[in-house]
Amino acid sequence: MNADLGLWAVPLAVLGGMLRVSTPFLFVSLGECVTEKSGRINLGLEGTLVFGAMAGYGGAYLTGSPWLGVLAAGLFGVLFGLLHGFLCSLPKVNDIAVGIALMLLGTGLAFFFGKPLIQPAAPMLPAIPLGAWSDVPQVRAALEVSPLFVIGLLIAIALLFVFKRTKIGLVLRMVGDSADAARAMGYPILPVRIGATAFGGFMAGVAGAYLSLYYPGSWNEAISSGQGLIAVALVIFARWNPLACFGAALLFGGAGALGPALQSVGVTEGYYLFYAAPYVLTLLILFFTSSRTKALEGAPRELSITK
Amino acid sequence: MSETQAFVRPTPIGAALSKGAGESARRRLEAVLIPILALLAGLFAFGLFLLAIGKSPVEFYQLVYRGGFGTWFSLQNTMQRAAPLLLTALCVALPAQLGLVVIGGEGAFVLGGLAAAAIGAAMPDAPGLIGMPVMALAGLCAGGVWIGAVGALRHYRGVNETIASLLMAYIAIAFMQHVVEGPLRDPASLNKPSTTPLADQLRIGEIPGMDVHWGFVVGILACLVAGFVLSRTTFGFSARIAGGNARAAAVQGLPVGRLILTFTFAAGAAAGLAGMIEVAAIHGTANASLIAGYGYTGILIAFLARQNPIAIIPMALIIGGIGAAGGLVQRRMDLPDATVLVLQGILFVAILVSETLSGRLLPALGLKTTGEAK
Repeated sequence: MNADLGLWAVPLAVLGGMLRVSTPFLFVSLGECVTEKSGRINLGLEGTLVFGAMAGYGGAYLTGSPWLGVLAAGLFGVLFGLLHGFLCSLPKVNDIAVGIALMLLGTGLAFFFGKPLIQPAAPMLPAIPLGAWSDVPQVRAALEVSPLFVIGLLIAIALLFVFKRTKIGLVLRMVGDSADAARAMGYPILPVRIGATAFGGFMAGVAGAYLSLYYPGSWNEAISSGQGLIAVALVIFARWNPLACFGAALLFGGAGALGPALQSVGVTEGYYLFYAAPYVLTLLILFFTSSRTKALEGAPRELSITK
Repeated sequence: MSETQAFVRPTPIGAALSKGAGESARRRLEAVLIPILALLAGLFAFGLFLLAIGKSPVEFYQLVYRGGFGTWFSLQNTMQRAAPLLLTALCVALPAQLGLVVIGGEGAFVLGGLAAAAIGAAMPDAPGLIGMPVMALAGLCAGGVWIGAVGALRHYRGVNETIASLLMAYIAIAFMQHVVEGPLRDPASLNKPSTTPLADQLRIGEIPGMDVHWGFVVGILACLVAGFVLSRTTFGFSARIAGGNARAAAVQGLPVGRLILTFTFAAGAAAGLAGMIEVAAIHGTANASLIAGYGYTGILIAFLARQNPIAIIPMALIIGGIGAAGGLVQRRMDLPDATVLVLQGILFVAILVSETLSGRLLPALGLKTTGEAK
């Protein structure tokens, strides 16, 4: 059945993996992009992602509909986002520290409620067979794309439009660039930031549901390997531009797919080192794009992490 | 605001005489009261969580007391668990003096354990008095270089230390698993790839008369030394100034870069030493068991202690005790093992939210800000 593709199998598997692995990066980074535009950073999205994976799987299992699972994951993500948003609105409470705490709490709650969900099988999200034109099974497999991937791309384009062309986007950017200016213009600072963080939570929850309901497509306690955190770094790399987030997500998806792709053609040596590729890549990118003396280009000026 | 405070601190004359004395007493009282209140509030909130899922909070806390603190046996168990936590908490608290949030102690812990196990396995015939210090040094250096690199990235390139340290923790864990399954694998370890087991004389023993290994003493000493250096030496003092306002510190001629590198190296060294102790006292070899989350629990403890090295000691005992009681609670109350994680997360949120009370707690209670509690 398997056509012999020789070494072509590796780039093909990387392409396929890229399309599959990138989606959670895409959703988390778009959500975090909005949060950071408002001047806050939420490091807790890693915990939201894990909880979303559990809630999405549980929701799909209980209702029989994977899409209701995605919705449940998103709504729980909103709750985590609101929690972060409200806590950080208290005076003297630091957004980075609250993010770390929620990373721990979200993961703990997900494991706590997820114990009974490890065994049962939930209905999975469908796939769009973009490779149906081909006779080669590997090509077909590589080009199976999740609807969420397409939705993510559309959200990225929509966000670009919202940031550039709408009043909501302008207010969001003003709150993130200069709270004083926004206050002077009579716009409410805290509600905008809380709303932006809730949106980020929603996107991270959906990203989690993608993990448990599409790829890898099961719920277990090792479901996330830091995607939520990498995505936060990825926003910095993408310079707070939603379309650049899309490109960065593809790049990271490809890096994450490298190890499994090589494994599929029989290269098993150094599996763990390939597994570390996305982290090394993130670190290198941070190294080359950060600057000791000046604030990052395009950074929201109220953002603590780039000051 | 914190910038001006830190800047004012070195000129004690005016400030101390006018309102400084009462102010500092008030601050000290708050520094003790607020974390205790936060801890109690967190325990109460977790009790509500248990009620909501139909479990008895009273039974839970009774079991935690019995399993973590109530008997000599459980207390020793708690101390054993607290040993690595004392050191991984320092990995967070030391950079915090400079205003850096380093959360990748897990990586330094794992690498420290790996380095110690590798060196130890390479010298099976060395006497303990030589072998163990060499292993400790290897652990210190491995962890120190790892977190020191985070400090260097921060200082020379402006890379955010929080994200960098966590990314490097993932890299360190992947590297450890690669080495343990590949180049350094003991062929005899079949199910769980491990390095060659340490010779007996290279294992850390127990404190005479107790079921607690010497690592606990090392951890306590490290916290005391760190507390002394920070509060009683010029070096620690300059670190606190730099933490308050790096620019002001640079204007005053303080070597901010050297401070960052030294503190991050020391922080990583503490976590690396914890890894060495865990290998030499508990596992006897480096393998996946090292990835047990001690680095992450250390973050919680450091924040609970409000980054004060001395306060880390009681907090590590409390959190270590809750961990030690985890098994008992799980069995008796039929709760999943993640229960402890939930409790830790709630405590973490509670302590962070309590920051908002600082400067407002005593006035709210009707106490005068002169610090005299009637």
